[in-house]
Amino acid sequence: MDIGGVLENTILQFIGFNACYYAIAAIGLNVQFGFTGLLNFGQAAFMAAGAYGVGQTVTIFGISLWWGVGIGIAYAVFLGLLMGVPTLRLRADYLAIVTIASAEIVRLVVRSVKFRDQFGGTDGLSGFASAYQGVGVDLGLQPAGEYGFWIFTFSGRNLWNLLVGWSLVAIFGLIVWRLMKSPWGRVLKAIREDEDAVRSLGKNVYSYKMQALVLGGVIGSFAGMMLALGNANVQPDNFSRDLTFFVLTGLVLGGVAKVTGSIVGPMLFWAIYAFLDSLLRELVDKPVRIGDFTLIQSTDIGSVVFMVMGLLLILLMVYRPQGLFGNKKEMAFEGR
Amino acid sequence: MKDADDLSGTGAVDPTAPVDAVDAVAAADGAAPRVQSDTALVARAALATVAPEPGASKPDPILVASGIRRSFGGIVAVDVDKFEVQRGSITALIGPNGAGKTTFFNLMTGFDKPNTGVWSFDGVAMNGVAPHRMAKRGMVRTFQLTKSLTKLPVIENMKLGATDQKGEKWWNGLFPGLWKAQEAEIEARADELLRRFKLDHMREEYAGALSGGQRKLLEMARALMTDPTLVMLDEPMAGVNPALKQSLNHHVRGLRDLGMTVLFVEHDMDMVHDISDWVIVMAEGQVIAEGTPDDISSNPAVIDAYLGAHQGRTLLEDQT
Repeated sequence: MDIGGVLENTILQFIGFNACYYAIAAIGLNVQFGFTGLLNFGQAAFMAAGAYGVGQTVTIFGISLWWGVGIGIAYAVFLGLLMGVPTLRLRADYLAIVTIASAEIVRLVVRSVKFRDQFGGTDGLSGFASAYQGVGVDLGLQPAGEYGFWIFTFSGRNLWNLLVGWSLVAIFGLIVWRLMKSPWGRVLKAIREDEDAVRSLGKNVYSYKMQALVLGGVIGSFAGMMLALGNANVQPDNFSRDLTFFVLTGLVLGGVAKVTGSIVGPMLFWAIYAFLDSLLRELVDKPVRIGDFTLIQSTDIGSVVFMVMGLLLILLMVYRPQGLFGNKKEMAFEGR
Repeated sequence: MKDADDLSGTGAVDPTAPVDAVDAVAAADGAAPRVQSDTALVARAALATVAPEPGASKPDPILVASGIRRSFGGIVAVDVDKFEVQRGSITALIGPNGAGKTTFFNLMTGFDKPNTGVWSFDGVAMNGVAPHRMAKRGMVRTFQLTKSLTKLPVIENMKLGATDQKGEKWWNGLFPGLWKAQEAEIEARADELLRRFKLDHMREEYAGALSGGQRKLLEMARALMTDPTLVMLDEPMAGVNPALKQSLNHHVRGLRDLGMTVLFVEHDMDMVHDISDWVIVMAEGQVIAEGTPDDISSNPAVIDAYLGAHQGRTLLEDQT
């Protein structure tokens, strides 16, 4: 068994492109869910907003790719307002219902035949990222070249994606960390604890919840932009419910209401995924049978990995509910 | 503790001060005249001219409500013709459970909307004003079930109370230079209040680590951070031990001495009798009686609806 290969995969996924755009999405989700207590189950829709924002520029609108950043943000703000206006005055669960439904609506609209000319249907959009990749080349990263050392050897294109992605993680991490140290962040955390108390102290709770939803959504849209630019295409089915819940899993794993948790959580999510996947593939090189009964074969591995991850998440919730970086003392005051 | 004296006119904040010994005696035998602060004397003198009848007009009302009616389905929870609170007084709102006291509080503070009726605060009509604007106008409330923000440290709870914070705009949040000075000022004010309410030793603890009584104190202190002119307390004594009740009493009196008006809902008749200048009694949604504490405890309608025939006798007497 090649345990070195398993560990190498694990480490590379820990710092890989998947972990990085998940981390951006989780930072945004943390603003909504972790700090403000808004149950946003539609982060995938905000990511789609960003991804289609950059995707549409060159291919549909015929304008420079860089406008895509603005368009993506605008889409995310619009989506946030659309979800927030009817639900933020109501109890928290209504937002959860509306966001999960909105995310599905967004996905079904962008993949529909009807809007093929706007969003590219099930094929999605591609061929828009050359301007972005060009910047990397201008900085001396040859797409086919090899850079790095030891196991950390990347093609120029991958390295460029990782540099941009992790820079965004750092920027948004710092912004959110700083905001949460400010009086604004204090209001959000207080809203998470008790809206009415905050209202009685003269804060416009509705407005703060809207700000948190939109800000978290805009950060999420950058995760979508990163995904689109990194893959150089936009696929509608990337933005399914799975994406939202994987991001959420990563966040919970790291620890909610902690900026470090929202960054390291998704990294661990992908590391654990890669570890289990590679390990099982090493172990199950041929079907394992008990008599006539096939216990596991290589085609099952994809599902089994998620089963094991689910089990790990349950164990985490039982033995360390605050996540890896969460504050245990805070958890002690659950249920006022 | 030494700074407690200069924060409230009477020095009544410290339960160990000599003034309290007089209070305790007064409360115990119920007859000896209690040492009253100047503000209490002013408030009582102003209210002495008011007829003890439901809906009585006050000489200088800070809160005026008329025709307030709120029904939930077929049940009329609140139906108050006229309700006035004298400025600078401590007014108690009492009544049996389900009398509509808390609903009335919710209506006055914008947390609920009346079906009909108008009310004004400090001469300004308050109909349709959102709850978060009430605090900015000087009306603040606490809740029957204490709403301490458990996962925030005590000091953060306090600082949240300050209004008009520059750093509460998200775009300012990124630039601490814009709000650091104001934040320091707020923190100083919060620390001062924490000392007054003897919570300074819990400053860095999570509010969730406080006892029930301490949470009541914290909620009251936090409400004071808004610089209110009218403080509305919903059952400040519920679930508080007798010793802490004494100190809460002093704090409430201290509010009046600092020029605030207090309206509070309470079931503890000792407290009501002890500190209120005026008592308003509600039953089944309506104001059934008003008057000084002495008027009220001898009012047959109130005894009938609320106090019960055993009022004034301890339950132990019944057993022996």
